[in-house]
Amino acid sequence: MIITTQPILSIVTFLPLVGALFIATLPKAAANNARWVALWTTIVTFAVSLLIWANFDASTAAFQFVEEYEWLGPIKYKVGVDGISMLFVILTTFLMPLCVLASWQSIDERVKEYMIAFLVLESLMIGVFVALDLVLFYLFFEGGLIPMFLIIGVWGGPRRVYASFKFFLYTLLGSLLMLIAILVIYGHTGTTDIPALIQSARLPADMQFWLWLAFFASFAVKMPMWPVHTWLPDAHVEAPTAGSVILAAILLKMGGYGFLRFSLPMFPLATEQLAPLIFVLSVVAIIYTSLVALAQEDVKKLIAYSSVAHMGFVTMGIFTVTTQGVDGAIFQMLSHGIVSAALFLCVGVIYDRMHTRQISAYGGLADRMPIYAAFFMVFTMANVGLPGTSGFVGEFLTLLGAFKVNTWVAVLATTGVILSACYALYLYRAIVFGPLEKPALKLLPDLSAREVVVLGPLVVLTLLFGFYPAPILDVTAVSVQNLVAQYEAAVAGAAKAATLP
Amino acid sequence: MIYSAIVLLPLLGALIAGLFGRLIGDRPSEVITTAFMLIAAGLSWFVFIETGFAHDATKAAIKVPLMRWITSGDLEAAWVLRIDTLTAVMLVVVTTVSSLVHLYSIGYMHEDDSRPRFFSYLSLFTFAMLMLVTSDNLLQMFFGWEGVGLASYLLIGFWYHKPSANAAAIKAFVVNRVGDFGFALGIFGVFFAFQTVSLDEIFRQAPDMAGKTMNFLGYDVDIMTTLALLLFMGAMGKSAQFLLHTWLPDAMEGPTPVSALIHAATMVTAGVFMVARLSPLFEQAPMALEFVVLIGAVTAFFAATVGLVQNDIKRVIAYSTCSQLGYMFVACGVGAYTVGIFHLFTHAFFKALLFLGAGSVIHAMHHEQDMRKMGGLRGKIPITWAMMLIGTLALTGVGIPHVGGFAGFHSKDAIVEAAYAAHTPGNYAFWLLIVAALMTSFYSWRLMFMTFYGTSRADHETYEHAHESPPVMLIPLYVLAAGAVLAGIVFAPSFIGHHLAEFWGTSVTPDKDIMHHMHEVPEWVFWAPFTAMVAGFGLAYLFYIAQPELPGKTARTFRPLYLFLLNKWYIDELYDFVFVRPANALGRLFWKGGDGAIIDGTIDGTAASVGWATGKIVRLQTGYVYHYAFAMLIGVALIVTWFAWPAGIVK
Repeated sequence: MIITTQPILSIVTFLPLVGALFIATLPKAAANNARWVALWTTIVTFAVSLLIWANFDASTAAFQFVEEYEWLGPIKYKVGVDGISMLFVILTTFLMPLCVLASWQSIDERVKEYMIAFLVLESLMIGVFVALDLVLFYLFFEGGLIPMFLIIGVWGGPRRVYASFKFFLYTLLGSLLMLIAILVIYGHTGTTDIPALIQSARLPADMQFWLWLAFFASFAVKMPMWPVHTWLPDAHVEAPTAGSVILAAILLKMGGYGFLRFSLPMFPLATEQLAPLIFVLSVVAIIYTSLVALAQEDVKKLIAYSSVAHMGFVTMGIFTVTTQGVDGAIFQMLSHGIVSAALFLCVGVIYDRMHTRQISAYGGLADRMPIYAAFFMVFTMANVGLPGTSGFVGEFLTLLGAFKVNTWVAVLATTGVILSACYALYLYRAIVFGPLEKPALKLLPDLSAREVVVLGPLVVLTLLFGFYPAPILDVTAVSVQNLVAQYEAAVAGAAKAATLP
Repeated sequence: MIYSAIVLLPLLGALIAGLFGRLIGDRPSEVITTAFMLIAAGLSWFVFIETGFAHDATKAAIKVPLMRWITSGDLEAAWVLRIDTLTAVMLVVVTTVSSLVHLYSIGYMHEDDSRPRFFSYLSLFTFAMLMLVTSDNLLQMFFGWEGVGLASYLLIGFWYHKPSANAAAIKAFVVNRVGDFGFALGIFGVFFAFQTVSLDEIFRQAPDMAGKTMNFLGYDVDIMTTLALLLFMGAMGKSAQFLLHTWLPDAMEGPTPVSALIHAATMVTAGVFMVARLSPLFEQAPMALEFVVLIGAVTAFFAATVGLVQNDIKRVIAYSTCSQLGYMFVACGVGAYTVGIFHLFTHAFFKALLFLGAGSVIHAMHHEQDMRKMGGLRGKIPITWAMMLIGTLALTGVGIPHVGGFAGFHSKDAIVEAAYAAHTPGNYAFWLLIVAALMTSFYSWRLMFMTFYGTSRADHETYEHAHESPPVMLIPLYVLAAGAVLAGIVFAPSFIGHHLAEFWGTSVTPDKDIMHHMHEVPEWVFWAPFTAMVAGFGLAYLFYIAQPELPGKTARTFRPLYLFLLNKWYIDELYDFVFVRPANALGRLFWKGGDGAIIDGTIDGTAASVGWATGKIVRLQTGYVYHYAFAMLIGVALIVTWFAWPAGIVK
């Protein structure tokens, strides 16, 4: 195939950057041109990225479309995807055109810079998922912070300074520990090549322990896991709609992806040792943040807290290290990428009309906005994890995996399905149902054509993957089975070694 | 093909009415959904006769694979339709009642301005219910299970302007989720124990699993008992059994046809269906079955007591439903699954009849539901009266032992006999059911007397304008009335009589002994429900016709008891106090205290000290990238220190 000989991953990664450079050359007043260039760049990137999916070989766990170039001495520019990372690339490229469209009218200041920030962000995010070198990964991983930081700090709400600073402080502390850990790994093994490390790194158990913790510090903040989650509600509240979408749909997934790419395969012994810690934090996250979501008065905060709870299922699923648990975790991340993006876009729709996020400011929208009500209902049900929506599959599989490993974890986490029903239906009722009494709401127009174009694909995917999740599960299957098998072999090997005299 | 059509036609109807309803108009939406349902109902009767009466008893269930669903490792769950006699019975019940309710709604909802939405929801519900009863694995059952919950939520809250309807809708969904919490854990447990969710495979392995233990929450427990109890928790929620029943009376906020379809004939019976469907699994868990009997008997009794004093015509019938579902569970719990399903079958006819009849009354009374404002309606709406009378005779089980009677007589008396034959401790199940039968008779006749007899208590205008419903609403009543009269006598031999084995084939695994012993109980046991039924009628006649001042007097004399019943044993208040308020309080506490004071307090403290240290730089350069850079330096310094400390470089 021709495609496999092309550096397709690099093309997808850097296309947005090219678009960003092009926008930078536009004259200052050309806001509309910037919008169109950004839109076409993201659409083309998405189209090209679909070639990756089309040519992906789901029958192997090996990395595919690998490109390797000499770069900084021992550090190589090396990219590639496997069943775990490939769909995150697609998710990213898929959501970006929607984000550009969602910002079409709501952003009218510094449009050029805004679009540049988003395109740069896209390149960096794709880079995270395709990087096969530790240092390259770190650069993308950390680099993504800067445009996001700017998006919140420049185009955000009134408390954006506090929010962006908090976002920063949290994520930074974690990443520094990760950087140290990367240096230690290099010092010990002499390589930063990820496939090589996954295949053959046999780090001593006590070193694994500390390295695991260092990576954990970074990924836990990104997820975010309880109790380092409090930056998320603030960041969401202040971020513009498209910022929230990217934050919830993609940036949060980097934590989960990190656990899968590094913690499990490189530090299996530490993973086994520390999984109980993750279980505790996950269960606390599910119950605690669901209860907190119940008490919220701000739409975005409610959804932000619900994201934390949903990410609790992901971390729990990953650390069961069972096929169902990990499959479920990946599925849950992808599904949450669609559903949380949709929910934040739904909030954006009414925020653009009313300029308030107070739940109590709404009510009875079903009268004026029936299409909106129907769309929002689909996403609410997906958030609740109703079978037939994509939200169910991941949640169910992670719990299934957890039950095998620890029934306490499964039972406590399953209470999340009750609580999610409470807060999600409360939100829907407060906004969409009830009498339409407030004068300001009586003139609201239903979804515009542009908004239907943005939300429509998300409705379709939510239902499609709910009824037919095979396209996703088939891609991840072999890579996940390989991951689980390797982990089990490593743990069993260590146990055997320990029993030898 | 025919099987797929039965299940998918309602879905197609729902999609057409839901997506294009406003485009094609109200009437086409109604006609399309109703026509599809009628076709599905016709096909279902065909399948029912073919499967139940013209089919070889040893033949395995028919499977119709539709599509892949969830595949992960050794978990395989596909969309498959499974057709055997048990499914065929449910197909008939669901599609028949659903098509009649569709038809009835054309008349009942004719003033509503979102009829396409209503019909779309009705058809969507029917689709989900059909997926539930045709499921071949636990996952698809769970899909149908939650799907009907969604439709129920949408339909209860159909009049979304009413805050009470919204509250009731959410309550129904959430309480059902509590049950589904158990159901989901049951599925996890089944997969853990059997490595499969396919019904046939589970049934095959179940006997080997009996008596084995597993670790659950730190205890070594009997696998089959634990799994059966967890799954039954789902059944308790869906079928509104005691402790998880609170949503059902509130669900009456929905339009009356919805109550007839979902909250009487079909969805609420899903729990009974589940226990019967999983009978090979429950048969290996005798302790769980004892619990099923206990819950069923208590519910039958409890709901009947509450039904005695309710004044809302629909709530009386709702509690009656709750109580009758208890009967069905008692039957299943003692091993007489076929008897439970038989009662499910007959109950669907007469309870849908009663609800639609009540809808006809409400329609006539301009949406008045309070029986204290009715009375004397017999002359005004004679057909409705006659239909309600038939429903009441069927519900109270009028019939002569060993001879025959209305539908409820055949099925309910069989349950009472099975309960006696099962010899529960002190025969408590039997006695609770007998007392419940007496109360059933009392509240049913109370309803009839308060609504149709005596003098009118409605305001003059409403009474004068009370009118009989149009034919489109009356025809469904005739059909259901025919079922309420005949369903028992016609189908008893197949469902629970001599042809039982040929009829059910391999679809249900009844306890052979109980099916035998229930026919050999002492003669007085046959007459006990008859006596209770007559006594209930006599008491109701005394209270509401002969001496109408008696109810008020009695309520005053036994005021605490009256209030206790009127307030439904105060269970809602108890739940509010134990669950709802603490959950909200905890939410606030975690938010303001946990996230706010403790976590952010720490972070802000750190941030403030960093801010203090970087104060000058921040004032010079307001760009945030500088924060990043500076904080990074601090971080590096900290890490170096942390590494250096143990090495003894820094002291």
